[in-house]
Amino acid sequence: MSTWILRIWLGLVLLFVFMPIIFSVVFSFNSDRFPTIPLGHFTLHWYQTIWADPDVWTAARNSVIVSLSTCVLATMLGFCTAYTDYRYNFRLKGAYLALILLPPTIPLIILALAMLAWLSKIGASGQLWSIIIAHTVLTAPFAMAIIRLRLNQIDQDLEAAGWNLGASEWVALRAVVLPFCRPAIVSALCLTAAISFDEFAVAWYVGGLNKTIPVLILEIVQGNIDPQVNSIGSFVFLTSMTLVVLAQLLVFNRVMWRSA
Amino acid sequence: MNRFALAFRLPIIVWQILFFLGPLIFMVAMSFFLVKNYRMVEAFELKNWVKMMTRGYVWDSYWLTLALATLTTVAASLAAFPAAFYLAFRTSESLRRWVIFLLIIPFFTSYLVRTFSWYVILAESGVINGILGWLGLGPYIMLNTMFGTIVGYLTLTLPLVVILQTVSLANIDMRLVQAAQNLGCSSARTLWTVILPLSRTGLMIAALFCFILAFGDFVAPYYLGGSKPPTLPILIIDTTKSGQQWPRAAVVAVMMMVTLFAIAFTTIVLAYRKRTSK
Repeated sequence: MSTWILRIWLGLVLLFVFMPIIFSVVFSFNSDRFPTIPLGHFTLHWYQTIWADPDVWTAARNSVIVSLSTCVLATMLGFCTAYTDYRYNFRLKGAYLALILLPPTIPLIILALAMLAWLSKIGASGQLWSIIIAHTVLTAPFAMAIIRLRLNQIDQDLEAAGWNLGASEWVALRAVVLPFCRPAIVSALCLTAAISFDEFAVAWYVGGLNKTIPVLILEIVQGNIDPQVNSIGSFVFLTSMTLVVLAQLLVFNRVMWRSA
Repeated sequence: MNRFALAFRLPIIVWQILFFLGPLIFMVAMSFFLVKNYRMVEAFELKNWVKMMTRGYVWDSYWLTLALATLTTVAASLAAFPAAFYLAFRTSESLRRWVIFLLIIPFFTSYLVRTFSWYVILAESGVINGILGWLGLGPYIMLNTMFGTIVGYLTLTLPLVVILQTVSLANIDMRLVQAAQNLGCSSARTLWTVILPLSRTGLMIAALFCFILAFGDFVAPYYLGGSKPPTLPILIIDTTKSGQQWPRAAVVAVMMMVTLFAIAFTTIVLAYRKRTSK
């Protein structure tokens, strides 16, 4: 197979993947309500519209609250699970791991329906914290995976040395394991926040009247063609990308590749 | 077991039983509930199941969703393979990492916004028809067709399939590939008898993820496919949001879960089966 054909093919795949992202940013600065080629003139109109829209501000506030709370909860649960998997062997460990790792394999719309029904039943639906609960279930597996990869690289003797020198398990954990995992923990915080920040199906179902940014987008898109979506989207894109690049710089890279 | 170990093991068990297993089990139970005067009544009746299973439109949606997801899986696997092949065998490791990083980016951009962007790009007076018109072609109708739906599904799945295929190809022991070539095996035959069998597990898992994502997505068939006829996820939304018929939506959800479980199980068994020697 000629390398050139393969190279062009990869280029086409990347073009397909990035075309909607690039156009969304371009359209957000474009004057036409319904953009085509050639483009209209440059404008900040759509940004001014969303800036002046109180609904966007409320949604942004909700999104920040949800993703910050979610990332802290999910990373804490992820760390506990990763540490348990790293240190202990016990009966039913397979079931234990399946319990935390399965959620991402179930379609979001099914989880959305199931969580809405269950949370309504126990009187916990329609609140901002309902979304936080649901997002923690969805994102904890990612936190667990990142931290677990980092724990693969720790020298097991370090923690044991701590115990021998008289440190309790808690102290050894704080003095040895936690500092070692810090980059992975920060990485997990960023990634879980980014996933939560973009999730719409579950947030739409369980959140009731509390809209996050993606739910707001969903509702705007249902109504009509409105380029506001592009400017909100560009803003969301910038936020998520900052989080992902931070995660990447802080270790995601190192953790992922060293262990392979 | 001491308190320390419990402190790390228990939180996730409690949390996931309360907020993951609980909802799923409750949803299965809910599919047997009744709705009376617009209120859900806890019961154990087969009424919803009978009603949904005997409706032609439910089965139309079922087969359509299955067909679309299968078509997307085939398309994504074929489209991704040359790219993954290039990344795994024909490029430096640093470039491979960079491209994989690029391919992770889409997961963190709003899928809704990307879909909306496609909507404008594919529209009858959109960007693509604009370019085609300039060349004297078209306009072609791409929105509200199966083509539109599949473009949307591929937007969601293609990056993941490329990444997973690349990882599984890159893990192949290159000495085996070189041995085949040294023994005079043609490129096509090396691909068919060495590379594909060695990467089978990874390729099948990539396809499985692609299928799961496409099967469960409601955005692409709704906004780009025009939802006529609706796919199963759209059916769930219509039944819960406009009809208030949660139990019937639960029936559809359970149908989807059972289908996905069967497909995942079969794929995993096939993917990890030891090759029988010939």
